[in-house]
Amino acid sequence: MAAGAATNGHLAGARTTELLRFATAGSVDDGKSTLIGRLLHDSKAIFEDQLEHLLATSERRGDAYVDLALLTDGLRAEREQGITIDVAYRYFQTAKRKFIIADTPGHEQYTRNMVTGASTADLSVVLVDARKGVSEQTRRHAYIASLLRIPHVVVCVNKMDLVGYDEAVFDAIVEELVDWTARLGLPDVTFIPMSALHGDNVVERSLEMPWYDGPPLLYHLEHVVIAPARDLVNLRFPVQWVIRPSSQQHPDYRGYAGQLVGGVLRPGDEVLVLPAGQRTRVAEVDTFDAG
Amino acid sequence: MNPLTYELSHLEALEAESIHIFREVAAEFERPVLLFSGGKDSLVLLRLAEKAFRPARFPFPIMHVDTGHNFPEVLEFRDRLVSGLGERLIVASVQQSIDSGRVVEETGPRASRNRLQTTTLLDAIAEHGFDAAFGGARRDEERARAKERVFSFRDDFGQWDPKRQRPELWSLYNGRIRKGEHVRVFPLSNWTELDVWQYISTEGLEVPSIYFAHSRQVFERDDMLYAFSPYVQLTDGEQPFEASVRYRTVGDMTCTGAVRSTATTLEDVVAEIAATRITERGETRADDRVTEAAMEDRKREGYF
Repeated sequence: MAAGAATNGHLAGARTTELLRFATAGSVDDGKSTLIGRLLHDSKAIFEDQLEHLLATSERRGDAYVDLALLTDGLRAEREQGITIDVAYRYFQTAKRKFIIADTPGHEQYTRNMVTGASTADLSVVLVDARKGVSEQTRRHAYIASLLRIPHVVVCVNKMDLVGYDEAVFDAIVEELVDWTARLGLPDVTFIPMSALHGDNVVERSLEMPWYDGPPLLYHLEHVVIAPARDLVNLRFPVQWVIRPSSQQHPDYRGYAGQLVGGVLRPGDEVLVLPAGQRTRVAEVDTFDAG
Repeated sequence: MNPLTYELSHLEALEAESIHIFREVAAEFERPVLLFSGGKDSLVLLRLAEKAFRPARFPFPIMHVDTGHNFPEVLEFRDRLVSGLGERLIVASVQQSIDSGRVVEETGPRASRNRLQTTTLLDAIAEHGFDAAFGGARRDEERARAKERVFSFRDDFGQWDPKRQRPELWSLYNGRIRKGEHVRVFPLSNWTELDVWQYISTEGLEVPSIYFAHSRQVFERDDMLYAFSPYVQLTDGEQPFEASVRYRTVGDMTCTGAVRSTATTLEDVVAEIAATRITERGETRADDRVTEAAMEDRKREGYF
């Protein structure tokens, strides 16, 4: 038997860094790409040549401020139309965790691309425009998060600067969504008021909203507990590939290669092979690293 | 040492994802091929392939697109490595494409064979009937690459259409293609440059010597240092001089820049990468600087 994932800690070493994958969601112009740009910028994850490129492009287009969305809108058509068409992946790291961000499109017709990005996420960041309140697209994306069984959702009520950082606006949106997300069966939903454009409650706490006593987004991303959904009882081992060297050295070797999705596998264990329905025993658990 | 654990570190999670991708491709396609440049990313690909398929041989050959302007250190390294692995190597030559009139060599001081590689690559894919080609591209390298799927579909002209990317959910990869079409597969999609170096260091992989600081004749052009070689033409005011440099990427000698460095060990390199404030392609690749969408345009044509 050749098992896929190495679980013997051979790569752990000094790098037991956790990995958190999260995806953005929300309607067009709710500020998803701006939020990611802000997150990367304020956590010092934008490289100098990338920033230079942003400054130059923004200046050429005559923008009033540096358009951080240009960081993730990597396709020509996206930059021309100022919209996100397909999911872009970005990577950054803090002292606490490594992050993979899937920046997904907000347009309804690109929903399939949004689902692609959200499918691998441990956490979904749903943006709501404070001025417009909960939109159809907000609900659609929250629903997709529940459908994909994404365990954590953070609702960012964005553009608080445009409603005078008014607590009542935030409370109304929270109230509207709390019941609904509970009915969707989303187990963990957090609400954060923010202004991605100005950086309020993204990396740093906002000075404009003293009424909010929760953490900023980055703190939440660094500390949310990502409990592995791994089932350690029921053995499930989809076989991807059969390794048969048929060489002089290994004339009769036959290894079933794949990734263990559940349970624990030991030499001597009896296993049931499906769909054949045959029972057999594990002769050996073989990995490249052990060999 | 480390206690036995059921949790994966970030490198283990990335490794497991990549090995899974390798086996999916082997099972889904008839004629895969692994594209190898001699660079750090393709070395990691080879180690992952070993982990996916040993003790058997790889169920695919290794192919190198040789521009004829490669670093000699890298070619020597390639041959030694592949023979050590006991795998099959195919070399597709840009020089041959030029000789047979398939492409026309650029001229002038900024001439490069970078773009010509695409034709050589697509010809080789067609000639051998490859239906899947593994590449070492990573999404953190460049903004068009950040948009690409793990299985990247190419039409029968080898072209990428970013508006027609397929849904790719969880770890399910759609390998359905028609005759003449192929997919590019990027097992390292989610790795960063730092992850690659940490992996090389943990696995104790040997890398070509040009990744470490060495003394070399270089000249400065557009704020970048290029190797002085028979393949480049100097323009007025450009003077070769000696400097201690290393390479962050391995490409064609005519468009790959060196960085000033004194990093002579893997540990030094990891420390240097962890502290850098400039991306690897931004610092060392002239081929990305042509226009704002240089990479996207080349990918559309069928580039790596």
